[in-house]
This record gives sequence, structure tokens and C-alpha cells, in this order.
Amino acid sequence: MAEFEPVLTANIHKPDSHTLPVYEAGGGYQAIRKVLGEMSPVQVVDLVKASGLRGRGGAGFPCGLKWSFLPQNHPGPFYMCINADESEPGTFNNRILMELDPHQVIEGIMIGCYATKATTAYLYLRYEYPTAYRRLQQAIDECYAKGYLGDNAFGKGFALNIYMHRGAAAYICGEETGLIESLEGKRAWPRIKPPFPAIEGAFKKPTVVNNIETLACVPHIVNRGVDWFKSMGIPADPNNPRDPGSYGPKLYCISGHIEKPGCYEMPLGVTCRELVERYGGGVWKGRKGKAAIPGGISMGLLSEPEWDTKLDFAGPGKAGCLGLGTAAVVVLDETVSIVDFLHNSCRFFAHESCGQCTPCREGTSWSERILYRIKQGKGRLKDLDLLATIGDSIGIMPGTTICGLADGAAWPIKNALKKFRGEFEDYIKRTNPTGYANSQPVEALEVIGLGAH
Amino acid sequence: MTTATAPTTPVLTPEMVAAIQALFPRYPTRQAITLPALHMVNAKLRHVPMAAIPEIAKVLELSPAQIYDTMTFYGFFKTEQGGYVRAWVCRSISCALRGAEEVLEKMCDTLHVHPGGTTDDGKITLEFGECLGLCDFAPAVLANEQVYKSVSLDQVDEICALMKVQAEQQANGTAIPTL
Ligand SMILES: Cc1cc2nc3c(=O)[nH]c(=O)nc-3n(C[C@H](O)[C@H](O)[C@H](O)COP(=O)(O)O)c2cc1C
Ligand code: SF4
Ligand code: FES
Repeated sequence: MAEFEPVLTANIHKPDSHTLPVYEAGGGYQAIRKVLGEMSPVQVVDLVKASGLRGRGGAGFPCGLKWSFLPQNHPGPFYMCINADESEPGTFNNRILMELDPHQVIEGIMIGCYATKATTAYLYLRYEYPTAYRRLQQAIDECYAKGYLGDNAFGKGFALNIYMHRGAAAYICGEETGLIESLEGKRAWPRIKPPFPAIEGAFKKPTVVNNIETLACVPHIVNRGVDWFKSMGIPADPNNPRDPGSYGPKLYCISGHIEKPGCYEMPLGVTCRELVERYGGGVWKGRKGKAAIPGGISMGLLSEPEWDTKLDFAGPGKAGCLGLGTAAVVVLDETVSIVDFLHNSCRFFAHESCGQCTPCREGTSWSERILYRIKQGKGRLKDLDLLATIGDSIGIMPGTTICGLADGAAWPIKNALKKFRGEFEDYIKRTNPTGYANSQPVEALEVIGLGAH
Repeated sequence: MTTATAPTTPVLTPEMVAAIQALFPRYPTRQAITLPALHMVNAKLRHVPMAAIPEIAKVLELSPAQIYDTMTFYGFFKTEQGGYVRAWVCRSISCALRGAEEVLEKMCDTLHVHPGGTTDDGKITLEFGECLGLCDFAPAVLANEQVYKSVSLDQVDEICALMKVQAEQQANGTAIPTL
């Protein structure tokens, strides 16, 4: 790979990188000035559309296209919701942007709001990011003091207020309509779509929801143009008219059994193996790898032989994973029991299901119980079939649930069973030699209560 | 919610009511201020007492049931007071792979609490958390605003002692205010 110059993380190593003077000294707030001075909102939407920028929050939806769905002749107001709920296990790239370069994020928000005609932006931040909260609030205050926010921002008649809104430790608030419900002061129960937020979002008004990293890309596209942005990444597959390609820089997170955990920026499309070996310093303790989560736990598993998969928007899907997700790679070394991995995953989703759809609420909690039973040496081979049934029947894809949390719960189950079934069977036979073949109903073990959260 | 017989002092001080009202212009509905209001009470009292719910409802012109409904959806808000330090030990995958479960168990032993419990001296509430977004520092512990990074079993005693100091500073007002 040719030498890559960091884009989104270009500033973060400077002293006081989170302050306005440092951001401006590096050319900050020039993109918004250019936009306000020379471009119409539609031109900004078209520019972002042409850049091929796709959402970094997990779904990979083309950003400019999403902006273009806002109704044209609506009296308004329009809202922007910035999704900073970052809670997908393994993911911390939004945190790094918010803590170390909050002004870059704010400039992206400004341009996004100008393009979508939003005059109010709510930045929905997960509660557990206190430093990001302080840094962002300080950065917003600096902008108001300088006249970069408010009723007449930059003296150009551009009106924008940005308000921070803190969550309360619930993963489901990251789902865009769960976020909107939570913002409105209700339970974060995701909404049935359509209507999509662009038509009826926050407070029943047209709303755009974007991830922090998506918005952070926008000022660079304005400054350096579409060709530059498209020079990075993996081009659209010419044989697949529905592939929008994977362009631009990406913040990859690596954690778990890796020598150098961290957040590494590179063009979309690095392989999992390159990320592990070249950037992460290899699997820790000189061990071999067993598998890796490609993009947050919801995406499933790449077994070690599949690590040459490209981590662009299309790659993980080709290897049977749900998608690129948040591009957060979590490495499992050869000593990890697949039973422990899947128990951890199922426990997470059982804890975080919002409970509104029965297949998700029951499926996630039963999968946790079944895995717990297997883990305790009471598993039966039949349990693997039960798990497979759950995996195949919960989610938007089978059409049984309202939001994608259930698909994210199902994928690790499906991938683990498909890619490591032999290991499950061995474990069950070894730990339950007298009962593994039983196919009669058995009592569920009580999942040891680990206290409330 | 029980009906009060004797007049009691309100939970919300006039300053808190004013702070909640100051948020009105930010949102097109009053209901949107539910979470900010709950956070305000929680930050001050380390819980949201039942008596606060009708008071918040009144300021926001909602039914107490609406506040209670939202509040209980988020397991975050408790009706019983917690410690001066609220610590979360992450148990999600990146941390679990690096020994988080063992760290949580040892912290529970050291502090003599079960997860979710508060120490007898009222100083520390210890909970498990799901991914704290600190996976590069796994296993991670967040104690109020303090992050304890890459915690090993050997460090548990020291961290528990540090959290006690943190709690004392919080109690006697020498700590930075918790958000
Ligand atoms: C269960 C669930 C959790 C999600 N959590 C997040 C999150 O924490 N942050 C985020 O940006 N997107 C999250 N998403 C994706 C959002 O619904 C939405 O697609 C995204 O915020 C759109 O922004 P983007 O197009 O800029 O990526 C989640 C989706 C689901 C189904
Ligand atoms: S799929 Fe699960 S998390 Fe999503 S709305 Fe239904 S119950 Fe809630
Ligand atoms: S998994 Fe523990 S902080 Fe992310």
C-alpha cells in the first residue's frame, strides 16, 4: 500500500489538539467558510453524494443520498441528530475524534446542517464519555464566543445551535430511531420504518441522523474534493450496479488479543490480517489467532483462515459476516473457547434488547440461557439446533423484528455455529458425557444474577 | 407513588427548577427535557428519589407516569442512593478477553459487595458495564470520570484504595463536580 497520510487523525497528536486555536492553525473552519461563501445547500449535498461517502455508524448508507431524501417543500424546522452513542462492543473511534479533535466534528456538523437546512443539531452522546462531553462542550462554547454558532454564524446569516444531549447507558439509543425516541424523552424503543427519519424524525420533523466519523469526513471532502476522496478505498464493483464502493479514510479499531490495541486510520479496504499483523503488532503473546470480529460484535466472526478478507463495506459480507459494521476488529487467540465467546455475545444482546419485539426479547434471553447451560457442562447437542433456530428467526432480515439489534444478536450465533460447530459438539460431549444426546426438554439453569446495571 | 400526608421539603431546589427551565428553549417539547432533568437530579443526589418524579413532571407539564416510564427504561437511574463513586467494570468482549470477569470478581471481594451493590460505608457503588468504549484499554474500569486502564488483578487493591480517596474527595467537596 502506498504511504497513507492520515486525514481524520492528522491533528490528534498536536498539543491541545482539542482547542480552537490549534484547530484553526491547521486550516480548521476554512471548509465551512467556503461552503457559506460559495455553495448552495444543494451543491453541498451533490458534492457529498459524488464523493461516495458512506455512513460510518454501521449501516454504510450513502451520506449524500440520505441528505437528498429530505422533503424539498417542507416548511421545517429540520433537525440534525448526531449519533455519538457509540456502544458497539469493540468500538471507540468516535471517542478519539471527540476527545482529541472536537472542532473537526463540529465543522462537519456545521456543513451537514447547512446542506440539510437544519438550524438545530442535537449531539446525542453516550453517558460514559465524560471527557468527550467536556471537550465537545468546551469546543461548542468556543464557537459561540467566536460567532461561529448562533443566529448569524460567521456573519453570513447562517443560523445554527448545537446542543449536547446525554444518554443513559443503553446500547439501543444508538439505533437511529431509538435515539430519536430517547431524545424526545421516551423509552428508546425503535420505530417501525417507514416513515424514515428524513420524512418524519425528531419531533415529527424531517431529521438526518449521522455518525460522528461520517460528519468528520465532510470538511475534508469540501477542502480537497471528490477525486481526492475517491482516490482512497475500494472502487465500486463494475459488475454490481448496486455496489456504491468504499471510498475514503476509515478509523479502524483493534482490541482483544492483540499486541498493540488502538485506533488506526487507513483507507477503506485493508485486510483483517494486515490490520492485525502490520498495525496491531500481531496476535498477543506470540500466539496464533483463532478468529476475529470484523466490525463490532454484531457482525459475527471471521475465522483465522478468513483474515485475508478486505475490510471494506463489501468484504465481510462475502465471508458470511453481517457487514463491515463499525470496522472494530476484536481478535480472539487460539486459547479462546468458542462457547465463552458466544456466551459473552448472547449475554450482551440479552442485556441490551429493548424488549419491544417478542422474537428479539425472548430469542436473546433464551440464547443466553442456553449458552450458560452449555458453559456449565449441561449442554445437549440439541441445544445447537435450538440456537440455530433462534439465529435464523430473529431480525429484520427474516422480517420478525423492528430494528437491527436482533440481526446483530443473530449473526455471531450463526457464524459461530457455521464456522466452529465441531468445537461446540466436542465441548458438549466432553463436559456432559451422560446427557449430551438427550433431546427431551430439560430445566433451564437459573442464570446467576450478576446484579443490576 | 404514595400520597404524602405531611408537607415535605421538595427534592428539587429552586436552582434545579431554574436549571431545568433554562433548557426549555432548546427543545420543541417539554418531554425532551426528561433525561436532562433526571441527570440533574441524579448528579446531585446520586439517585432519583421517588418524590422527585412528580416534581419533575410538574415542571415539564407531564404525568408522573411518563417520567417514571422513561426513567425505568434506563437501568441507569436508581431510586436508592448510590455511593460517592459509581464504578463500572466492563464485561463486554474486548475486556472479557483480557480478564475483566476476574477483575470484577476480585473487586467485589475486595470491596465486599455484589455487582450493583454499594459498600457499607456508602462510598462506592460497583457495577458491571457493557462496552465502555475503552476497548483499547481493556480491561477498563470507569469510576465517575476517572478511567482505570488495562487493569490487572494485581492492581485491584490499589484501585479500590484510589476509589476510596476519590469518594472522600467527592464527599467533602474537594473533587471536581461529577457531571
Ligand atoms: C442496535 C443498533 C445500534 C446502533 N448503534 C449505533 C451507534 O452507537 N452509533 C452510530 O453512529 N450508529 C449506530 N447504529 C446505526 C444507526 O442506526 C444509523 O444507521 C447511523 O447512526 C446513521 O449514521 P451514518 O449514516 O452516518 O452512519 C446502530 C444501529 C443499530 C441497529
Ligand atoms: S429488535 Fe430488539 S432491540 Fe430492536 S426494537 Fe425489537 S426488541 Fe427492541
Ligand atoms: S469491551 Fe470493554 S470497553 Fe469495549
